Amino acid sequence: MEKALKRYSPFFVLPTFLAFLIGFVIPFAEGLYLSFCQFTTVGNAKWVGLSNYKSIFSDASFIHSFKFTVAFAVVSIILINVIAFGLALLLTRNLKGTNIFRTVFFMPNLIGGIVLGYIWQILINCVLSKAAQPLLALNSTAGYWGLIILMCWQQIGYMMIIYIAGLQNIPDDLIEAASIDGASAWTTLWRVKLPMVMPSITICVFLTLTNSFKLFDQNLALTGGDPNHFTEMLALNIYQTFYARAGMQWKGLGQAKAVLFCLLVIVISVLQLRATRSKEVQQ
Amino acid sequence: MKKQNSITNKIWIVILSIASLLYVYPIVMILLNSLKKETAISTSSAFELPAAESFNGLQNYVDAIASKGFLRSLGYSLFITLTSVIAILICCSMCAWFITRVAGKLSKALYYLFVFSMVVPFQMVMFTLSQTADSLKLNTPWNIWVIYLGFGAGLAVFMFAGFMKSIPLEVEEASMIDGCNPLQTFFLIVLPMLKPTMVSVGILEAMWVWNDYLLPTLVLDIKKYKTIPMLIQYFRGSYGKVEMGPMMACIMLTVIPIVIVYLVGQKHIIKGVAAGAVKG
Repeated sequence: MEKALKRYSPFFVLPTFLAFLIGFVIPFAEGLYLSFCQFTTVGNAKWVGLSNYKSIFSDASFIHSFKFTVAFAVVSIILINVIAFGLALLLTRNLKGTNIFRTVFFMPNLIGGIVLGYIWQILINCVLSKAAQPLLALNSTAGYWGLIILMCWQQIGYMMIIYIAGLQNIPDDLIEAASIDGASAWTTLWRVKLPMVMPSITICVFLTLTNSFKLFDQNLALTGGDPNHFTEMLALNIYQTFYARAGMQWKGLGQAKAVLFCLLVIVISVLQLRATRSKEVQQ
Repeated sequence: MKKQNSITNKIWIVILSIASLLYVYPIVMILLNSLKKETAISTSSAFELPAAESFNGLQNYVDAIASKGFLRSLGYSLFITLTSVIAILICCSMCAWFITRVAGKLSKALYYLFVFSMVVPFQMVMFTLSQTADSLKLNTPWNIWVIYLGFGAGLAVFMFAGFMKSIPLEVEEASMIDGCNPLQTFFLIVLPMLKPTMVSVGILEAMWVWNDYLLPTLVLDIKKYKTIPMLIQYFRGSYGKVEMGPMMACIMLTVIPIVIVYLVGQKHIIKGVAAGAVKG
């Protein structure tokens, strides 16, 4: 069968492979190369060695956006996962209306980041003006918490669905055995349910982690980095370096930042996968 | 013991109901504001219901459709999402079948390259990708699906390959022995078995393409073509006063179809998401 299939490889592999070359492999390789160059288009690149990478560390806005992104990611990952898991526990108790609740909590997930950003901008600005506080464009604390609330609103439903699927996969006799052995609901949760849903936790933490680090649309729409780049996250910072500054040096710097950003995302997600995978139990 | 349990359950139901109302509120708020007159929309009055003198009927919606080009954007968004998802489903399932059934270093390398591409943030390739698209003339709504196929292939191939490992080889071998060529085997035997995964992949990719903002902004010529997210961002980004009324009408016109599609197909969507995550 393999031989016959190999003869047909142009049909099976070529379309995807060509598109993959155009859409990912070539731009990725070019991007890697251009991070060592000075350029305004791909055509006029001039090799400058490591100088782009050196100037990253003197770019205060990038350092700040890194810290801001980490501060955002830690809080949002914890909040989203804890709340989503709590909701999943409640919605697997056969409460009345479970389906309606599940439907409602999942819904914001389908709405795009730009639209979500503007919806919450209007809402948060209204709350701030009622409380006689400066609006989002001038209020960095509100911008930070606004982003977190927005992220929770969008992602809790999605993670909840994954946790529900995980909880439903736990065999009933396991829970029964625990209760016969005299375990309280609390002990059952910590000693039986949590270890059994570890694979779901791995996925959810991975998804929330990469989503928080890569966040762009919501950031652009809700605060746009205001006030004065304070709420600018890494992805938006890179975008601004590319497209909001005029001059020969910026695109190279932006590309170098992007390479560093890419490395950071890969390293963090590999570390996270290793850490949570090691806690998974065999069924 | 049992009675107390039902009381706590009732308390939880009340709490969850309140939470659900709060969850829906932001959307309801935009809906109410989109019915107000431009002069009545202000930062501090967003919570107020439209009153008799501020009520504008559907004027903002008429405006959004008639003069803000909403229908054109809707058309572009629909076309791009449809072509991209169809291309991804067909091409990537074929590619994934080949990779799982033909063992070898090349298949393996390709597979890991696809997985790798899922983690890479878009900012890494955004500049070079938009330049590549320009030079290959892939910068119109009619052929941007090639780029979506390329950038979306990672997730699709990964999910298809994950499922294919679990279907038995014997069925395919039998059809080959009966004289089917690989193309017939794939489309007549394998494809029907892939249906549930197709739904999962289709939903995830459609959600991504439909809501994507940055890729079309960088690739398409914004003066000629605006997808819906681009149109909404354009409202804010353009100079001068932002017309809040038509903008909120646009937001609602974007959200309402999504909600309808969701309510109709929620069983599949929720199942698809759960299944997709378990394989991921």
